This record gives sequence, structure tokens and C-alpha cells, in this order.
Amino acid sequence: MKRLTLDGLEALFAALRGQGFELIGPQLRDAALVLGPLEHAAELPVGWTDTAQDGGRYRLARRPDRAHFGYVVGPQSWKRYLFPPEEVLFRARRSGEGFALDPAEPPPRRAFIGVRACDLAAIQVQDRIFVHDPGYQARRAAAFIVAVNCTEAGGTCFCVSQDTGPQARGGFDLALTELCTDARHAFVAEAGSAAGAALLDALPGEAADAADLAAARDAIAHAAAHMGRRLDNAGLAEALRARLEHPHWQQVAERCLSCGNCTMVCPTCFCANVEDRASLDGDSAERVRSWDSCFNLEHSYIVGGNVRSSGAARYRQWLTHKLAHWHDQFGVSGCTGCGRCITWCPVGIDITAEAAALRAG
Amino acid sequence: MSALPLPAGDALLWRPEPYRIERVRRDLADTFSLDLVPAGGGAPLAFRPGQFNMLYAFGLGEVPISISGDAEAGGPLVHTIRAVGPVTEAMRGLRAGAVLGVRGPFGSHWPVVEAEGMDLVIIAGGVGLAPLRPAIYYALRHRRRFGRVCIFYGARTPDDLLYKAELKRWRGEFDLVVDVTVDRASHDWAGKVGVVTRLVEGGGYDPLHTVALVCGPEVMMRYAARALLARGVAREGIFLSLERNMKCAVGLCGHCQLGPHFVCKDGPVFRLDQVERLLAVDEL
Repeated sequence: MKRLTLDGLEALFAALRGQGFELIGPQLRDAALVLGPLEHAAELPVGWTDTAQDGGRYRLARRPDRAHFGYVVGPQSWKRYLFPPEEVLFRARRSGEGFALDPAEPPPRRAFIGVRACDLAAIQVQDRIFVHDPGYQARRAAAFIVAVNCTEAGGTCFCVSQDTGPQARGGFDLALTELCTDARHAFVAEAGSAAGAALLDALPGEAADAADLAAARDAIAHAAAHMGRRLDNAGLAEALRARLEHPHWQQVAERCLSCGNCTMVCPTCFCANVEDRASLDGDSAERVRSWDSCFNLEHSYIVGGNVRSSGAARYRQWLTHKLAHWHDQFGVSGCTGCGRCITWCPVGIDITAEAAALRAG
Repeated sequence: MSALPLPAGDALLWRPEPYRIERVRRDLADTFSLDLVPAGGGAPLAFRPGQFNMLYAFGLGEVPISISGDAEAGGPLVHTIRAVGPVTEAMRGLRAGAVLGVRGPFGSHWPVVEAEGMDLVIIAGGVGLAPLRPAIYYALRHRRRFGRVCIFYGARTPDDLLYKAELKRWRGEFDLVVDVTVDRASHDWAGKVGVVTRLVEGGGYDPLHTVALVCGPEVMMRYAARALLARGVAREGIFLSLERNMKCAVGLCGHCQLGPHFVCKDGPVFRLDQVERLLAVDEL
């Protein structure tokens, strides 16, 4: 464990750039905290927070301090860098009567700055899903992960219920806990891999002392104690499997717009369309994978009709997949408690409330 | 940089192999069969009865199509395709010599080996006969390993009967029961009229020692399963091949889900008790 100053954080950015990584991190854009390329620590949303989230509500606010990571999660997750919204799976050219595929392109080397525990868990969930997907695995192997432990919780956060946070517990190269008080501004840094340890060794800073560690522990505990939402997972998967024909699905459908926002912001949702496209002259072609949503009518298309034509059936598919069938398929829950689906639902449908209502009924 | 190891072969997960069309057969007005051989030479991929491939028309798209040839013949890959959308329509226009892409084989298979020693009842509706034909070929090849073998086939009209010449040949065998029915017929049809599930009542098989393989429209399969259960065939002996939207065939696109199952990789062939409760729920 090492204590980094702000200069140390900047040195970390410089070191990663020096190793050839493109840095991706949170930044302020269009009144939201989104992810994008950055070069310096000062480009982070310094002094901003987004913790006042609620169903269908997201507002940024100024903080009284200069915290660099004093917020939780915005609408985007790291999914867009490992499983991009649109991805070319292969390019092909006509050759004689047949065709030939171009070799796969090497993945970009990216450093993810500020990965929260819920999103780290989401990456591990997608690691299981895409275990045989060559593009995902190549991007994953090329990524360097700088996690940030949450010291505050958002209004729609429930990582404690999902046992994924607020502290990152593995799966990172480096993890930072920001300590931002009147007395000091520092980052307690922990290495989680050999690459992370080597990088940390080379950064300026002193070994974290007992007071640093205690302060970091207390800050994370503060976040854990202030979760905005809670989800009781005990027996939930079984309860949902037994309630496929519960009237509550229809009650949710009366509010649900089937817009698919929840699936777009979800860091684990993986449904995708696969489309083949050809150039106008027909000589070259590509296969493109793009995010799809189980809320789209065409998602369940088969010749003769769509299997899930009602909104109730589509919401049921999403919720039972997330909280019940995901366990059967991948051995984990499909929900990491990031709260995005609640915040970004235009009508504020709350997965924790709907799950509780279904269980009670 | 903690990455999971990449198992061998995954690099090819999305990449179709070029196959050349060796022969085209026009089965029905909208249905045709393609014999495919690897464009680069070598043996076609091995498969088990009931599995499917993803067939790729260059630049146009990819569709899941069951393999309908003989798994043990070692000849070309045979696919029977109904033209129902832009990709399959384009495939209908292809001639011998044209090249398609193939990924596969995917999915679960008919339990033909496990069914040895039992009576075998094969129930097909419409083009549902295509994924069952490899199971029929297996039973014919190893006829002595089975008890009674029954093929019950239903189509909308006499003009929709697939593999008509083969059906007639099979019907001429002394040790096969082949019974055919159509939903609607004109005056030149003297055969049976009615739903295929009615045929389940005949055939003389022993329900207590029967494995039934069923493929057709989902509603037909539900009624067939009900009829088989009513005759006393065990749930564990009834297998269905399901159809859902498929974009990847490897459990990654999410479209084919039925409850906990990915129909593409956990299916398409399911034992009735795996899916019976799920199929009873509307719009699942």
C-alpha cells in the first residue's frame, strides 16, 4: 500500500501513457459524468458529485472540496470498451467464386481509470459470458484496470446487497481510495497484479501508514452504510422462477415504455444483434455486432411472429434473466447493484422495488 | 491485466468457412436442399443428428439451418432450407458452384444412440422433417438396434410434403411404419386428412419402451407431446427440437433464450421435462 499525492496520481497517468495505454476515465460532458479518453488527472470531474440519484433522476452538483473521484457511476459503464456498442467481427472480400476473411485486428491497449467495485464485478460477469469470444478476450487482456473504492454511495446504489462493493476486492491492477479532507488530499493505492505492483513501485509516494489505512477503511464503510437501495437476494431466484405468471408483470408493463434504457446502461446486459453488410459494389463485406435489447419487439422474432409481443413478457424476460436465470447460465447474478437501470429509467421503474413486490405476491 | 485463457478454436468463433454448393435440389415451391463441400477441399465437418449450422450468404446475412443429411455417410453436408426471408431467398437463387459460409455444427442432438433397444417414434410437421431426417437415417442404418420404428408426418397440403420420394421408399420397407397426413387436401389426395397428433394413437409401438423425437411448429409439438403422454410414453422419453431467434449460435447474442436455456447451445433438442413448464407459459 502506498500513499499518493495529487502529483502521484498525475505520475500514474503519465506512467500509463508512457507504457502506451490510452487512458479512459470519467469526465463531465452534457451535464453528466461519462467515460472518454483523457490524459491528465485534472480532466477528471474534479469537485463534482452525482450521488443524488433516484428513479428517473440524475443531477450533478458541486462538492465543497476538490475530490477527483467524489461521485459514483454515470450512464456509461466499461462495457462499451470491452463489448462495444458496435463492433466489426470480421471483414471479408470476394475471391473468385468464394470469399476470404481478413485477419483480426489487434485490440487497443487501454487503461480504465476509476472503475468502481460494482463495475469491476460487472466486468467479471461479462468475462464469464464472453469466455469464448475472441474480440472480447483480446480487449480484456489488453486492458489495465485502475479501480477506485467508493467513499460515498448514490441514491440508487445497492452494491452491498449484491456483495460486489463498495470496495474493489480483486480483478484490478491498481485500486485507489481517495482521502479528501481539510487536512489532506491523498490516494491510498493498492496493487492487485504484478503489472500494477511494478507500476506502483515506480511512482513517487510513501508507504501508507496505519492512519491512512484506517481513514480509507472508514471512508469505504461510510459508503457501505449509506446505500440508497437494497435488494434481498435470499431465495429471490427461486421466487421469480415460480412467479412467471404473476399479475405484477402486467402492472410493471403499464408503466414500462419498453425503451430499453435499462439494458443500454446495464454493465452486464449482453444481448446483441449480428448483422452482415456488404459494400455497394458487393466486393467486400463485414459482420457487425451491435447492442440489442430484450425490450425490442424484434428481439424474439421467429418466422410466424414475435415470441414476446407484450411489454409484460419483455419486462419479465429482463428481470427474470437478470435475477434468476443468470444464476443458471453463468453461476452469478446478472445484477451488480450499480443502480443505473433505476436512475436512467425514464419512468423510474426500480428493480429493487419490483423484485420485492414480486416476491411478496 | 488479468485475462482468462483463450481456448483453442475460439479465434474462429465468428468466422465462417467457405463451402461450395455441389448440388441443388428443388424440394417444394419454397424449399430447396443444398449439398455443401469445403471449398478448400477436405472432409465436411462432422455432426450429430439434430444439430444445425449457421449458413452465411456473403455480405447478406447468416441463418441457422438444421443439417438434414446422413451423419455417417461422410458425404456433403445437406441443408434443407425454406425461403422465408432475404437471406434464404438469396440462397434459393444459388446454383452449384456458388460458395456459402458455414459455421458449426451447433447445439444438442437427437438421442439416437440412447434410444437403441427401444421403439422409435418420429413425429414431424412440415419442414420439421428436415432436422429429423438424420435420425431416420441413423435408425435405417442400424435398424436391428431398434424395436418398432414409426414415422408420423403431417404437412399443410400434399404439395407441402417434403422428401416425398424418400417417404414412399421408406413406406415400402417391411419394418417401418410410415404414416402421413395433411391438414387440407384437394380431391386428388386419397390419403389421410387431419392433424399429425392423431397418428400418434396408431403405429403399434410400445409406449412403455418408446423414445419419441418431435419437430414441427411449437403448437404441434405441444399437442404431440400431450398425445404421447396420453398413450403412456414417459416424459423422459419425449424429445422436442425448438426454434427461437438466433443471431450467433454460441450463447452470446441472447435472442434464443427460453427461461434458463439458450436454445442454440442447450438445445435445439430438449427432453420434454426440461422445457414442458416453460412452454406452457405464454410469451416466455
